[in-house]
Amino acid sequence: MAMENELPSVVLSKVAVSETHGEDSPYFAGWKAYDENPYDESSNPSGVIQMGLAENQVSFDMLEDYLGQHSEASIWGKGSPGFRENALFQDYHGLKSFRQAMAGFMEQIRGGRAKFDPDRLVLTAGATAANELLTFILANPGDALLVPTPYYPGFDRDLRWRTGAKIVPVHTESSNNFQVTTQALEDAYERAVAMNINVRGVLLTNPSNPLGATIHRSVLEDILDFSTRKNIHLVSDEIYSGSTFYSSEFTSIAEILEARGYKDSERVHIVYSLSKDLGLPGFRVGTIYSYNDKVVTTARRMSSFTLISSQTQHLLASMLSDKKFTESYIKTNRERLRKRYEMIIQGLRNAGIECSKGNAGLFCWMNLSPLLETRTREGEVALWKSILHEVKLNISPGSSCHCSEPGWFRVCFANMSEETLEVALKRIHNFMEQRKTASV
Amino acid sequence: MHTKMRLLSRKATCNTHGQDSSYFLGWQEYEKNPYDEVKNPTGIIQMGLAENQLSFDLLESWLASNPDAAGFKKGGQSIFRELALFQDYHGLPDFKKALVEFMAEIRGNKVSFDQSKIVLTAGATSANETLMFCLAEPGEAFLLPTPYYPGFDRDLKWRTGVEIVPIQCTSSNDFQITSSALEEAFHEARRRKLRVKGVLVTNPSNPLGTTMTRNELNLLLSFVTEKGIHLISDEIYSGTVFSSPGFVSILEVLKDRKCENSQVWDRVHIVYSLSKDLGLPGFRVGAIYSNDDTVVSAATKMSSFGLVSSQTQYLLSALLSDKKFTRNYISENKKRLKQRQTLLVKGLEKAGISCLESNAGLFCWVNMKHLLSSNTFTAEMELWKKIVHEVKLNISPGSSCHCTEPGWFRVCFANMSEETLNLAIQRLKSFVESMNSQSHHQMLKSSRRKSLAKWVFRLSFDHDHREPEER
Repeated sequence: MAMENELPSVVLSKVAVSETHGEDSPYFAGWKAYDENPYDESSNPSGVIQMGLAENQVSFDMLEDYLGQHSEASIWGKGSPGFRENALFQDYHGLKSFRQAMAGFMEQIRGGRAKFDPDRLVLTAGATAANELLTFILANPGDALLVPTPYYPGFDRDLRWRTGAKIVPVHTESSNNFQVTTQALEDAYERAVAMNINVRGVLLTNPSNPLGATIHRSVLEDILDFSTRKNIHLVSDEIYSGSTFYSSEFTSIAEILEARGYKDSERVHIVYSLSKDLGLPGFRVGTIYSYNDKVVTTARRMSSFTLISSQTQHLLASMLSDKKFTESYIKTNRERLRKRYEMIIQGLRNAGIECSKGNAGLFCWMNLSPLLETRTREGEVALWKSILHEVKLNISPGSSCHCSEPGWFRVCFANMSEETLEVALKRIHNFMEQRKTASV
Repeated sequence: MHTKMRLLSRKATCNTHGQDSSYFLGWQEYEKNPYDEVKNPTGIIQMGLAENQLSFDLLESWLASNPDAAGFKKGGQSIFRELALFQDYHGLPDFKKALVEFMAEIRGNKVSFDQSKIVLTAGATSANETLMFCLAEPGEAFLLPTPYYPGFDRDLKWRTGVEIVPIQCTSSNDFQITSSALEEAFHEARRRKLRVKGVLVTNPSNPLGTTMTRNELNLLLSFVTEKGIHLISDEIYSGTVFSSPGFVSILEVLKDRKCENSQVWDRVHIVYSLSKDLGLPGFRVGAIYSNDDTVVSAATKMSSFGLVSSQTQYLLSALLSDKKFTRNYISENKKRLKQRQTLLVKGLEKAGISCLESNAGLFCWVNMKHLLSSNTFTAEMELWKKIVHEVKLNISPGSSCHCTEPGWFRVCFANMSEETLNLAIQRLKSFVESMNSQSHHQMLKSSRRKSLAKWVFRLSFDHDHREPEER
């Protein structure tokens, strides 16, 4: 019923005024503390070191070298012959050369163990957009996706905010390295049914954020079987696939489908992005790869709301179709990330801190539960605050990732120089020493 | 039979994406047989795409003189890393500054914009959808004057669940908005049990190519003030106003009416983009401007789902900060648009076809009523099909824009060379001439029954008139 003279407080939508954007969690609060007092080697050596941002800054030199030698990728060549065509290109199919390059890049990352058809690639402005878009397509408002915990805090917003969809967590435990089990999936499914919620799919991140570990092939098979049994979708967010320290340790859902002759594959959709592997979050390059024709068509149409700048598509088409470059990049990037990981694990171990077993990503999953005053969420938040304000490190508390056990923290290691990482490790070491002395 | 994968959302399986409309079908026909001066001179000429291709040389020469902007350099130093990492949804400050200053310049600096109130989005497509998410619940409605841009059916309704209720405008007053049309639309919404959240206008208008008069703007403001609803002014074509009476922005009217501290001030939102004025639709640069802090805050967070590439933000911040360039571009672009529009209007005149008098946009709103076999939308479709398949021109039928009167077509003039435009006009002229000689021939044949036929014809007009189809 149309109403006249409404009060200003009701004229915005519920979505606009809701808290589902999730920005009030400590995940974001830590960022604020960092923004207010950011560490700088020379100008602010006692500032907060940002270890809550999963950025990859270890391989820019390779990208810059490439660009230095291939100016036509960025300035459209002398006299800009390709400029106008590029500037006009808003076709939601995306630049063919870019899709081909992307598909090829994804194949290289998987060591050629899976094939990708460029015509099944839908381009979106980042994985953030890809995940939201898929949720719009796979779920109605009120429906749910099952997401294994701990998970990326951003999902609370990306999957739920505007879509009206729900997340039902699939609980995991440290006792088996937080691996997903069929039992946990079944439990989550039952919980949803008990709440009268329609489950539409499972959404995985593989390699996992925040665990920094690949999912075992057998676990993936189980998850796929579960999804098939329940006749639901399976979304595999493989945004960190190129950040696995050893190429052979990553199994993509695509490989499993291929091994199964693509039987029942129309329920599977893969999300990818260049924000982590290539370290280009600012360029907004995400993609959905779906084995379901209707999803591809619909996603493509919906991508109108979130197209990738054609200028950026052009740049990356050039870069990623240079196979020699990409092969070298992938290999070197893996090595550098592995080195960083080993450095932080050793440094933490020296300080008496253990992490869960990791083999991928831009972070490690650190266990500080022995330090908790109380083994509760409150205890964890208290510890987090003291690390933020006393040790001056912004790390991400497990509770913001919906971890079922308190005391775990995600610590990023690839978004700073080696020197800064040393400083951070030293601060942690001192912090642990002080606690030891204090407790004596 | 085992359970087939039928598990997609209602949004995925409905037709609200609107891609089955003639607007898109025409494009498909064009894609199958596109005109090319050399390779396919008898192909279909695309006149259904509102692109601005007239001023690329200005952009290209700027790029050639300023290689740093696209080369990730600032003052000779590489800023590649900083840009690559920059994903702050508040946007690149330099770019926002340059953008709001550009927007002010387009408005003759009669109004100014605060860069803290602007939200960057991947195109106006994203901006309009985002505003719907911020201002309306699923099932609520926005009023839009007809005829309107066919894309709105998808952009405003598809994923948001918002409804559009048309404000019917007619040729009797050059399709201007009247207060009775506004009231009628409001009541129609009520009849359909839809709560109206606001009005959305495109100014300058697509497809009319006209700027809104001060009178209309005042009418709108009074209407939304009285009803306590929002007003969205999509000013995507603001930089394409090439002749008088000139462009009056809604912000100007708000200022004139001293509305700065009133409630309605917070309910007016502007959408902008660089896709039309600068001809850069591929770069996905759109913006929402709002005086309401909550809207700015919510829209900013939502822009996470459609951020502008930092690479592109940087390039354009350099371009738009060059005031010498922008001043020259704005004036030269207008000149060229005006020249093109005149070419088309005069050419159509010679073919006995009139257009709505226009002063903006990349298209003309063309009156082909006299070529219809009957005053119906069926006849409009027939004529449209003939024009696409026989005359080989893709133009947009008024029904796809929800026009209430059959016979109007939107014809674009800025997305092709002058030669191609002249060819298109020639083809149309020949088509009209052939129609004239045909009907003249028929008239001679049936001259004895002429008066009776006229009566019969008149009866069938009234009988066949249909409402524009929801597509």
